[in-house]
Amino acid sequence: MRRIISVLMENAPGSLSRVVGLFSQRGYNIESLTVAPTEDETLSRLTLTTVGDDHKIEQITKHLNKLIDVVKLVDLTEGAHIEREVMLIKVKAAGAQRAEIKRCVDIFRGQIVDVTASLYIIQITGTSDKLDAFLQSVGDASILEVVRSGVSGIARGEKVLSL
Amino acid sequence: MLIRSLRDEGVKYLFGYPGGAALHIYDAIFRQQDVQHILVRHEQAATHAADAYSRATGEVGTVLVTSGPGATNAITGIATAYMDSIPMVVISGQVMSHLIGEDAFQETDMVGISRPIVKHSFMIKHPSEIPEVVKKAYYIARSGRPGPVVIDVPKDLTSPFETFPYEYPEKVKIRSYTPATRGHAGQIKKAAQLLLEARRPVIYAGGGVVQGNGSELLTNLAKKLNYPVTNTLMGLGAYPGTDPQFLGMLGMHGTYEANMAMHHADVIFAVGARFDDRVTNAVKQFCPNAKIIHVDVDPASISKTVTADIPIVGSVESVLSEMLALILEGEEKPEEGAIASWWTQINEWRERHGLYTAPRYDNSGEKIMPQDVIKTLHEVTGGDAYVTSDVGQHQMFTAQYYLFDKPRRWINSGGLGTMGFGLPAAMGAQMADRDAVVACVTGEGSIQMCIQELSTCTQYHLPIKIICLNNQALGMVRQWQDMQYSSRYSESLYEDSLPDFVKLAESYGHVGIRVTKKEELKAKMEECFAMKDRVVFMDISVDTSEHVYPMQVAGAAMRDMWLSKTERT
Ligand SMILES: Cc1cc2nc3c(=O)[nH]c(=O)nc-3n(C[C@H](O)[C@H](O)[C@H](O)COP(=O)(O)OP(=O)(O)OC[C@H]3O[C@@H](n4cnc5c(N)ncnc54)[C@H](O)[C@@H]3O)c2cc1C
Ligand SMILES: Cc1ncc(C[n+]2csc(CCOP(=O)(O)OP(=O)(O)O)c2C)c(N)n1
Ligand SMILES: [Mg+2]
Repeated sequence: MRRIISVLMENAPGSLSRVVGLFSQRGYNIESLTVAPTEDETLSRLTLTTVGDDHKIEQITKHLNKLIDVVKLVDLTEGAHIEREVMLIKVKAAGAQRAEIKRCVDIFRGQIVDVTASLYIIQITGTSDKLDAFLQSVGDASILEVVRSGVSGIARGEKVLSL
Repeated sequence: MLIRSLRDEGVKYLFGYPGGAALHIYDAIFRQQDVQHILVRHEQAATHAADAYSRATGEVGTVLVTSGPGATNAITGIATAYMDSIPMVVISGQVMSHLIGEDAFQETDMVGISRPIVKHSFMIKHPSEIPEVVKKAYYIARSGRPGPVVIDVPKDLTSPFETFPYEYPEKVKIRSYTPATRGHAGQIKKAAQLLLEARRPVIYAGGGVVQGNGSELLTNLAKKLNYPVTNTLMGLGAYPGTDPQFLGMLGMHGTYEANMAMHHADVIFAVGARFDDRVTNAVKQFCPNAKIIHVDVDPASISKTVTADIPIVGSVESVLSEMLALILEGEEKPEEGAIASWWTQINEWRERHGLYTAPRYDNSGEKIMPQDVIKTLHEVTGGDAYVTSDVGQHQMFTAQYYLFDKPRRWINSGGLGTMGFGLPAAMGAQMADRDAVVACVTGEGSIQMCIQELSTCTQYHLPIKIICLNNQALGMVRQWQDMQYSSRYSESLYEDSLPDFVKLAESYGHVGIRVTKKEELKAKMEECFAMKDRVVFMDISVDTSEHVYPMQVAGAAMRDMWLSKTERT
């Protein structure tokens, strides 16, 4: 099953490499990874998505927790949560295609953030599934370049991941 | 600043080797007397010696090496300590800060290279943070599940020309690190209950009991309950080896009685042990009828390979004392009848194929049997020596036949299985206790991996006794080749290229004794240990074709064992 694990850790040199190293060392896979400092600049918030059965996920969370730099972590997929990913995509957009793509962008509530005579740069935000769906509807033929941010997530309701 | 911090941390010995990036530190060592430096002959040996010092005393061993090759030479020893959860601090010199990343002379990314084999690592960024980092490093190394910690120090940050106000912190607090100590009271209660209801219990105790100073508590608990105890390779000495309740080691080369008891148990009380694959054999067939109580300070050890029915995260010391209190105070007693018939069953196994009760090898011939060497060693040293070992058949024979009655006496590399560990480890043990009898059981293969340390023994007057079971082969490899590759001895023999170990020892100023005849073994061994202030190298020619038995049948259950070359359970 796909899991979103959110980690609060010391914003210290080497802490990211320890997280990434743990995954390769123990043969766990990372599907996506995002990391940035939080409002408290001594802390970073890292969100990663991974797949595995319950036993594997339990081991992953235990090993992450063991890292000295990790303050706290939560498996967001265990409860109600909001997840978002941002995608920037450069597509061919000429002639009749332009209107077609524009319509598609509107349906997915994306934005066209840059325009030339022959292409658009589109920005879309949403769950990973939604981004996948958008890519499918635009079609490989017109896609020139895709950049995805990886998933970020936060638990719904009162639950807070903080010191 | 660094050496002062070490002194204030209570460090007595530094095992190390100098080099460019560490020279400021070495100069500071020269100008003080509190911390004694032991100059080894190879950085790997420094790590093994510090590691063994730690295993023998429970204190944190300390290593100092230079950058580049000094640091990389230390890697094997760091990995060895990591796998066996041994606390250690390794200080590595690094090139000057402004050169880092430029492929400077003797630059290696030590923090990067060591990352998967350390509990944590630090790179010093400013001299003023040295005392705090040192304090944190020792705290992390020794607390929770112990392990090695690396401190990488760029040369310019140890410059004697810059001074800073020095204060060694009294306490550390790391907000992201809170190792467990006390176990969950409710779980402990449940565990005590289950233990008392058991009809076929086994206590399976590992290295965590030795390292966590839980031996006495464990012994009291086992005695109180009259339950059988088995130890892992790392746990030997956690429970007295000569006590009748002791079943011997379990696992791949464990005793018949220990493995049978495990397989048939209804409750397994695992303490400070990690269900290693050398113990469980095929996990799917592991102890089919047992409920498992697992006490470990590291939550990641619990239910990693074998699912625990009652997991308890906590230190052995606190959990065992709470458990003992519950059992002593409670009304409930173990099921006496059931336990008595369990013992009848165990004793029957013992009589049938026991390691100590039934003859398990043939010593009627002319040749010296390796098992007899270990038995003789036990006899001559009164079972009270510090015994280190290398890796191979000799290690297994020692584990099986030297019955350790005390914890911290058996010092070997279990998790990584590092050949070359034995001799430097003996140096560390001897540094820990200058008056103790220290023996290093080794093979002619392993000893050559750190043989240069004979010179260190000379310099520091470390009167170690080396007991070399010379079977003219990488015996453990050959055993597997016999059993799985139709005796095709691919690269496990030396074609008469072995050195004359007696002369070799003599060239370092030591005593060499060769033993080739069975009748002279005991007398020569006595002669060896009578030379209290000398290093003695005993080169003992043992049967070259002997195998270690029992040996679990690969991919099967715990009870499936080869008992000799021809006999199977
Ligand atoms: C050639 C060879 C053959 C081998 N054959 C065998 C064999 O037949 N049988 C065998 O048993 N091993 C054998 N081994 C060793 C094996 O590889 C493992 O090293 C060993 O089984 C692990 O022992 P352990 O379970 O006691 O764990 P250790 O590695 O000693 O780990 C200790 C455990 O205790 C925990 N712990 C540490 N401190 C505390 C504390 N204070 N409180 C609570 N928990 C704590 C740790 O978190 C860890 O989980 C062999 C090795 C070699 C090289
Ligand atoms: C550094 C290292 N290299 C290789 C091995 C694999 N290995 C395990 S036991 C062994 C043979 C050891 O031979 P020896 O020291 O003579 O001991 P014996 O088995 O003959 O008693 C080897 C090569 C190892 N454990 N460590
Ligand atoms: Mg050999």
